[in-house]
Amino acid sequence: MRDQNLGLGETVPEIAPAAPRLRLRLSPTACLGAGIVLAGIAMAILGQALSPHDAGAIVDTDVFGPMSPAFPLGTDYLGRDMLSRILLGARYTVGIAALATALACTAGIGLGLFAAVVGGWTDSALSRLLDALTSIPSKMLALVLIAGLGSSLPILVLTMAFIYVPGCYRITRALAVNIAAEDFVLAAKARGEGRGYIMLREVMPNMVGPLATDFGLRFVFVVLLLSSLSFLGLGVQPPYADWGSLVRENVAGLSYGAPAVVMPAIAIAILTIGVNLLVDNLPGRARAGGR
Amino acid sequence: MAHAHKSGTVRVEALKVAAKAEDGRETTIVHEVGFEIARGEVLALIGESGSGKTTIALAMMGYARKGCAIRGGSVDVFGTQVLASSPSELRALRGNRIAYIAQSAAASFNPARTIMAQVIESALIHGSLTAEAATAKAKTLFAELALPNPDTIGDRYPHQVSGGQLQRLLAAMALLNDPDLVIFDEPTTALDVTTQIEVLVSFKAAIRERGITGIYVSHDLAVVAQIADRIAVLRHGRLAEIGAVEQMVSAPAHPYTRQLIAAASPVKRKGAEAAPETGEAPVLAATGITAGYGPAGADGLPRVKILHDVGFSLRRGETLGIIGESGSGKSTLARVVSGIVPAARGEVRLDGKVLAPALDRRDRETLRRIQIVFQNADTVLNPAQSIAQILERPLAFYHRLGAAARRQRLMQLLDQVRLPRSVAERRPGELSGGQKQRINLARALAAEPDVILCDEVTSALDTVVGEAVLDLLVEIQRDLNVAYVFISHDLGVIRSISDAVMVLQHGRVVEAGPTEALLADPKEPYTRLLLSSVPELRTGWLDEVCAGRGAAA
Repeated sequence: MRDQNLGLGETVPEIAPAAPRLRLRLSPTACLGAGIVLAGIAMAILGQALSPHDAGAIVDTDVFGPMSPAFPLGTDYLGRDMLSRILLGARYTVGIAALATALACTAGIGLGLFAAVVGGWTDSALSRLLDALTSIPSKMLALVLIAGLGSSLPILVLTMAFIYVPGCYRITRALAVNIAAEDFVLAAKARGEGRGYIMLREVMPNMVGPLATDFGLRFVFVVLLLSSLSFLGLGVQPPYADWGSLVRENVAGLSYGAPAVVMPAIAIAILTIGVNLLVDNLPGRARAGGR
Repeated sequence: MAHAHKSGTVRVEALKVAAKAEDGRETTIVHEVGFEIARGEVLALIGESGSGKTTIALAMMGYARKGCAIRGGSVDVFGTQVLASSPSELRALRGNRIAYIAQSAAASFNPARTIMAQVIESALIHGSLTAEAATAKAKTLFAELALPNPDTIGDRYPHQVSGGQLQRLLAAMALLNDPDLVIFDEPTTALDVTTQIEVLVSFKAAIRERGITGIYVSHDLAVVAQIADRIAVLRHGRLAEIGAVEQMVSAPAHPYTRQLIAAASPVKRKGAEAAPETGEAPVLAATGITAGYGPAGADGLPRVKILHDVGFSLRRGETLGIIGESGSGKSTLARVVSGIVPAARGEVRLDGKVLAPALDRRDRETLRRIQIVFQNADTVLNPAQSIAQILERPLAFYHRLGAAARRQRLMQLLDQVRLPRSVAERRPGELSGGQKQRINLARALAAEPDVILCDEVTSALDTVVGEAVLDLLVEIQRDLNVAYVFISHDLGVIRSISDAVMVLQHGRVVEAGPTEALLADPKEPYTRLLLSSVPELRTGWLDEVCAGRGAAA
């Protein structure tokens, strides 16, 4: 028998001191994005507490008022404070979009993992069905659904979730099919593990990064779709207003160069750009699923 | 091409290469390495993975891999200062005066173009020959490298020739411009032994006839001893020892060289005598296994048949070595036994009880008793899980242990495979290849199985590390009386660990029997061919084998 320590001396010192695992290093761009996203969330939660005026109250005799110390973002078509309106709108825009994206991703990831791990006939049937859904333009589908079911907050959330399930399903399935072919999944199968364990414990942790990125992008799509629906008058209904409805309400102010019509649009732009900056610059490690 | 420098040497002085980590820190991976190669001489660079041998070979062309940079020293190739050359001068040098033969020929060829178009490409790029002249020369080279149908093989696509042929075609590509220096980077490592020997013979003939000056990078001392004139042993980016082949093989000075030589001739880990016939029932037995892939045909057999009527039996505490070349069906056999690939015909018995062919029809207790350890420890451990999670799962799954008991058993397992307990919180990506293979083994041990199927568990490891894993396997077997089915393409490994051997070829059993009896007196020609193809650590072995085969033919 050979000296056992021979092999050990070879391998043990190669271990580097453990790197702190939870330290998340973000690039400056990602920090900027994260800041914007956090600000958006804060506005949605604390909006009303921060607003200088009651969002529904007519506080100025002047409609489409300019920016002034009393009304930092001007006033709208009825003479309401625009800053307060936007802070109120954040709740609807961010809230509805986050809820719809979360629903869409939960369903999409669940179905995608299931299809990838089960494979075969089930996978084909599910994929073709959702492909068929993808083939319908999203705005058209949203218009038809909302025209048919009526516009209420739950219907809005469910409609948008429904529209974005196929996209999320596609990306999850594509990632999961590759991971399901890895040797460690084969090892788990050989151990006799069930599908649920393989889906959630073996496959899922290896795609957290790409899915987080996908979540962000899908959130942006939902914000834009919600805003366009509201702009068309099918989204959030008065007296409530999201940023899309604020643009619609004040569109008459465009000819006066009123800040009321521009500011909500800028808010939408900043939020979507912020999310994009964050998800595009997630640290490599998180994106590759901890590898 | 004019060969202005018919004399002179290749001289490397104080070569220093650094690698940049992700956080910007630089580590030196090649420390002040220097050597000389006379014209017509072949120098072997030998060492384990990470020793810097390929890095040095690439630096000869003034090239550093991504993330690496040459930080000092000089490389003088017959009067040309390679490291001082401009990018355009380097372009004129590479593939022309300095040629490179890569390890994986399959990855080096473009699958979409014919072989000839790629072989003569370097001549066209450097304008050294016209297309017609290059084609004619390539055909001469094909013949010289003993390729079949030298006139037409160039019209084929890379997937239409075998791996060994492709490797020789790659050599023809490198030799087309009559380079001053040829770098062989592990050119036979990915090949089967019987193929390797053909490639080695043709390389050696070409080197001899053309008087090639070369650098031969390899981890296999026995191979190097056939090809090279001198050997340079590298360790951790430093030159440990350099000298003529005979002297290095017979009288190595450096302790690391001695260790390498010891690892190259595996020790016998099992007693020479066959285990006495106790009449004990085999723990695992397989009879008439026929299996393959694809949908079942009219006869109930899969379309692609891999195994034909294979059978074996294995007693508790014993090791059955299964040897065969790639495509012989040895891995499929392990998968049939574990149920991953259900057998179309035949049965597997565990303690006399017939097992269901498919995995999902076996109960958890049966699954627990047969564990499979896959070849590639890099891919078989989930990169997103910690070592503790990986090892505790079978404990929870098979033994339903609570958290505290799992933790305790985890520490025992780590001790058993001789890893520090601190690895528990790490991810597989933070461990070395040998450590990962130990974790892979510990995961199988966690199930407390009766049989472990080891599928090429040492082939991805360096010899020294692989030897330590073999020691560990034998030790575990002695302690736990577990039976192994040990699959390998490496006869040395099989010989050192098995009680009995089974030789597989094209999915059929060629020969089987007790290790020493079978290997000492092989009955079948294929077994003899396999035995004689394993490189031996002495100079002149290759010539002897060739002479022997030439006489026999």
